[in-house]
Parts: sequence; structure tokens; C-alpha cells
Amino acid sequence: MPFQIVILWSDVLVWLLVAACLGFGFVITRTEHLLAAWRRVGKSRIGMAAATVLMVFGVIGLLDSLHYRLRLEGEADKPTVYSIEVLSVLDTVASPVRTRNEKTYSAPFATRLYAKETIDLPGGGQTRGYPRLKYGGAHLGGDEARLPADVARKAAMGFVLAVLTWCGMAALVTMGVGKREGVGRSEAWRRIWQGETHFSWNALLMTAGGLMALILPLLSLAGYYHVFGTDKVGQDVLYQVLKSVRTGLIIGLVTTLVMLPVAVLMGIVAGYFRGWVDDLIQYIYTVLSSIPGVLLIAAAVLMMQVVIDTHPEWFATAAERADLRLLALCFILGITSWTSLCRLLRGETLKLRELEYIQAAQAFGVSSWRIILRHILPNLMHIVVITLVMDFSGLVLAEAVLSYIDIGVDPNTISFGTMINNARLELGREPVVWWSLAAAFAAMLMLVLAANLFADVVRDAFDPRAV
Amino acid sequence: MLAYIVRRLLYAIPILIGVNLLTFALFFVVNTPDDMARMQLGVKRVTPEAIQKWKAERGYDKPLLWNSQAPGAGALTDTIFFDKSARMFVGDFGRAEDGRDIALEIKGRMLPSLAVQLPNFILGLFVTIIFALTLAFFRATAFDFWGVVLCVVMMSISSLFYIIGGQYLVSKVWRLVPISGFGEGLDAWRFLVLPVVVGVISGIGSSTRLYRTIFLEEVGKDYIRTARAKGLPETVVFLRHLLRNALIPILTGVVVVIPSLFMGALITESFFGIPGLGSYTIDAIKAQDFAVVRSMVFIGAVLYIIGLILTDISYSIADPRIRLK
Repeated sequence: MPFQIVILWSDVLVWLLVAACLGFGFVITRTEHLLAAWRRVGKSRIGMAAATVLMVFGVIGLLDSLHYRLRLEGEADKPTVYSIEVLSVLDTVASPVRTRNEKTYSAPFATRLYAKETIDLPGGGQTRGYPRLKYGGAHLGGDEARLPADVARKAAMGFVLAVLTWCGMAALVTMGVGKREGVGRSEAWRRIWQGETHFSWNALLMTAGGLMALILPLLSLAGYYHVFGTDKVGQDVLYQVLKSVRTGLIIGLVTTLVMLPVAVLMGIVAGYFRGWVDDLIQYIYTVLSSIPGVLLIAAAVLMMQVVIDTHPEWFATAAERADLRLLALCFILGITSWTSLCRLLRGETLKLRELEYIQAAQAFGVSSWRIILRHILPNLMHIVVITLVMDFSGLVLAEAVLSYIDIGVDPNTISFGTMINNARLELGREPVVWWSLAAAFAAMLMLVLAANLFADVVRDAFDPRAV
Repeated sequence: MLAYIVRRLLYAIPILIGVNLLTFALFFVVNTPDDMARMQLGVKRVTPEAIQKWKAERGYDKPLLWNSQAPGAGALTDTIFFDKSARMFVGDFGRAEDGRDIALEIKGRMLPSLAVQLPNFILGLFVTIIFALTLAFFRATAFDFWGVVLCVVMMSISSLFYIIGGQYLVSKVWRLVPISGFGEGLDAWRFLVLPVVVGVISGIGSSTRLYRTIFLEEVGKDYIRTARAKGLPETVVFLRHLLRNALIPILTGVVVVIPSLFMGALITESFFGIPGLGSYTIDAIKAQDFAVVRSMVFIGAVLYIIGLILTDISYSIADPRIRLK
């Protein structure tokens, strides 16, 4: 095989999460009241617009969660050796931006470096000036004045491509809606744009159109220029933004995933059995929640660093070490954030266990665990779903802050936090190096804003009080 | 009331013991003092003697919980747990890596922290409540809609952006106030303006939305309709009736943080170079000064518990129907 598949622990959890979502989706299609709630989400235009944006981030994150190691070129009779570098599918797709590194900073769309250097002239002698970039705008050759026209031409081509793709997509959706509702195409087209469909196709199409008009020109330019500039070691900022997405998604989703079983079990058990079990569990979460979150995280991360540093033999590659550190961070964030969910679930269980149908089940002699599994757990799922989506944005933001205090992800892991941390001192330079920070903040804002909007819609659809 | 407070204080003791045990386990059992020594000394200089010396200097060379060699009560007291953890209850936090007394350091750093946090807290509360009241007043109008949109956008922006952006714009481009630092006495205000303003702005989004929801829940209630039926102007209904009744849910989130104001804000202080407890903690985290982090965890928990008790007391002040027994 030309490559060896590498399965990192976080990949396992990510794909487990995807499987869980699919399974959950299957359950939803067979449960009428859940389906009704998700239909409300589907009807919401803001919800679907946000979901479309999240989907793009999700695809980037998933592509970045398939890892492998390339086989090194060698003679046929030698045993195969694989590269120490762990790559992901995203790395391969984005190899133009990944591999074409400059020497140091360069502004977006620049053809020359940011800093003056001494350049050797071809005919002997030296001069001070801005050296030409190795890759950025290299196809222009010596004719740098052509740059604006070239950028405009390439962007326009990308835009035309976006329009064409969007038209194809809109046609497909119209056909699908027409078939489903048993009407002609022009009627289906009218219904979509009048918002008369059960699913907000108009919001989805609009957002998808906007995103494509933004992304496709960028992509068509990214092969020739550094569209977001390069950072201190000359790495393309666009590549860093793409890589940060996975880190953000993992922190936001896996954290909730790992704390979920503990919180659900403890919350239900405390609320259902009461007595000393309740006292004990309440004691545990009061202790944990009385320590300020950042400090508990700091203490735990410090200790984790000691463990990792004193056991270098546990990790085969640097990627594995960074990955385990990321997961450990998720666990630590999970420890500090499960208490609020646990408290909510306990309160709700206390209410549920007094209801008639539970008492009827008890009177019939149904065992406690069966009652919990069949009657209580399904009625708590809306709280779990709401927590999952509501916590996401906060966790993504927290990662950036934690990475700034050096208690976030591994310094070698590309994340929004490490990007901001590396770039923030450069604002003091003259002229200002703003592109790294701007790209990180903009991408983060897009992700978090979409997540916040989506979370609101999900909460409104699931919260029985909010009708 | 007094009996209630005393009982709540007694309840706090087992929780503090729990916090203490947890930090002890985290700092001394998950990693032995040997591991910490290796980490602090670096990989190259690690010899068994160096580790022993490092541990002896910090008093980490004793047994963890039970000293079988010490006579009498010394079996319990001559241990790491007693020296490092149990003594925190009487305010003895030991020494930091640089040899300074942690308790003394904390005392000196509380004031700068408070100087940033208190104005930030009061001003922030004032601004967000006013903003939320205005949104609730104009509920279901375009103003309300765009106000909420603004809030959602503002809470989606990283707090780091507000700080970095504020420093860049106000201090570097406009040159209005120093970029960071701290001064003695009244001169300090120049250094405090920016962190306070940035802190208030970064908190507007989420708090305003929360308060607006609380206000809107109250707006639908009967007593508001009664007040309107009496012919009271809408402003009076809002300021006198609604605000007072919405106070309870607002107090829940607000009073609990008051004692923690002493702790300072980690990121803000470190960005603005304010010599408070927040930057102390961050420096300790970066230097891996375990003793300081351990002390801050304990103090944080103490302040939080005081905050919880204050919350209960504030309930009974805001709403006379609530009696503490």
C-alpha cells in the first residue's frame, strides 16, 4: 500500500460522534414528537442558514479527521518504511497551500516579502529591498503590475463557477421539492422562494450561494497567491485557518460527548433514588463547581503536562502526543462543565419521578433501571440536545483563551488559540501584521456565530416552555 | 437569619475539605513530587541528588499522609498533606518558587485586581440592565430585533478580540491611554480606563440577552397589567414594578461573583499588565509554580462559597417574602 492508515484517538471519537448522530437521526425519523421538534428547526430560516455554515465547517473537520502516513520512496526489496509525518485527507486536498511556504511574513495577495532584506543582484552587487516571494504570484513572472487584473480575472472565474454550481444546486432542489409536493417546477420554485415549503430551502440556498460566492473565488486564487498572507515562518494563513477548524470542532463537540455519560448517569441516579446517593452526588458536584473553572482547568492541565513530559515513551509520533493532549484537554474541560448539566438533569428527574406514569410503572413492579431507561431518559433527551448545542460555542471561545495562557492545546497543534497567540505581538510592528489575527478572528466569529444562532433555534424548538 | 448564616458557614466546611482533598490529589498523587522536580529542573540536570535537594527545599520530602517515623501526633502533622494542604485553612499558603510568601503577595495584589474589577462590574451591570430594559421596552419592534442580533454577534466574538482590538485602536492608533501598566494612587485611572471599558463591552452581549429574557418573562405577568390598568405611565411600570420583580433572577447570577472580584480577571490583567491576582495566577501557570496555583484554587473556592451565601441573603433583602430559616 502506498500509505498506512493512522487512527488517532480523536478521530475515533469524531467518527463515533458521526455514527451517534446518524443513529440518533434514525431514531428521530421513527419518533413522532422528536421529528416534530426537528421539523421546527428545519422550518426556521435562521436555523437552516446557520446549519449550512456549520455543515461547511463540519466537512472541513471530517476531511481533517482521516489520517495516514505516506510510504517513503525506497528500493523494492527493502521493508516498507512510512513517513513520520502524519497527514490528513485535508492536507492532501490543500497541499498547494500546505507546502508552498515562504520565508516569513507576507501580506495577503503580496508578491514580495513583508520585510526588507539584502538581495544579491544577478550581475553581482547587492541592494536593499523587498525580496520577491517564492510562490505568491510566481506565475506573473517579472510582470507584477499585472497583479490586480490577474486577481480580478481569477476571482471572476471562481465567481462564475460559483454561480454555475449554485444554479445546478437550485435546479436539483427545485426538482426534489416539485416531486415531493407533486407540483410542477415553476410552482415548486415559487413555493421555495415564498417560504411555503416545510423545510427552509430558501435560506439554505441563499446561504450556500453566499458561501460559494466567497469560497470558490478564494480557492481559485489560493493556488497562485497567499490569499490570507503568510505567518512568521512563512506558512499560508489559509491553511492554518482550515486546520484550526478541526481543533475547534473537537473541543466543542468531544468535550460534551465525554462528559455526557457521567452527567446523565449521575443526574438521573441522584434525582431518582434520592437519599444518600443524592447527597453524595450533590456533594461531588458542589465541590467541583465551587472551584473557579479556569483555575481547575489550569491545575489539571499543569498536572497533565507533567504526566506527558515525564512519559515520552507513550507516544510514537508528535501527532499522537498532540492528539492525546487535545483529548486530555477535552476531558478536563468536560470535568469542569458536567456539573451544570448534572444539576439540571437531577432537578428534572425529581419532577418526573412524581408524575403518574412513573408511579404507575412503579406500581406494576417495573425495575428501577428499566424505568430510568424507558421512561425517564427519553424525557430528558431534549435537555441533553440543548446543552450539546449551547455549550459548543462557549467551548470554542474558551479554547482560544486557554491556549493564550499556555494551558490549551499543544503548541504544535494549529488552532484558533495558537494562531491568535502567535500573532498578537505582531500588532506592535510597523507596518502592522494584521492578517493572521484577522483571519483567525473572522473564521472563529463565523463558526461561533453560526453555532449560537443554531443553538437558539434548537433550544426554541425543543424547550416546552418556549412555545 | 444569623442562625441561617452560621449553618450555611458550617455547610461550607465539608465542601472546602473536599476542594482541599481534590487539589491535594491533583498536585501530589497524580504526579509525585519526584515528577514535579524532574519537570522543574529540566531533563538535563536531573540527578537523584538534585531531586532530593529540590524536594527538601520545598518541604516535599515528607510522606504524603502518614509519617510512621515521627513520634506521637507528628505522624499526622509532619506530612505533606498537613504542611501544604491543611494549613491553607488558616491562611498559610507557604512560599512561591521565588521564595516569597504567597499570603503576603496575595494581600498586596488584591487591591489592583479590585480596582479593575469593581468599576467593571458596576458599570457593566448598569449598562447591560439599561440596554436590556430598553430592548424589553421596545419589544417586538425592529429596534428589539437588531438589538438582539447585535447581542448575538457580540457574544460570538472572542474576548481576546475585544482586548487586542481595544489596545490597538485606543492605545496604539489614537494614543489616548497607555497600552498597559499600573500606577500608584489616583494616577492609576489612566491605566484602568481601557481595561474597564473593554471588560464592559465584552460582557454586554450575553448579559443583555439574559436580562432581556428575564424582563420579557415578567412583562407578561398580571401585576404589570394591573399597574398599566391603574394608568401608570409605561416608564414607571418598567422602572418601579418590573425592575424590582426581575431582580431575583438577576441577583442569582450577579451576587455570586462579587467576592470573586478580588481574584481579578486572568486574561485582562495579563494583557494590561495590572499587578493583580489574575496576572499572578497566569504568571504562576506559565512558570508552573504549583504552590501558587494550588493556593489560588483554594481561595477561589472560598470566595465562591461566600458568594453563594451572599446570594441567599440578597434574596431576602430584595424580596421580603423569602425568609431564611
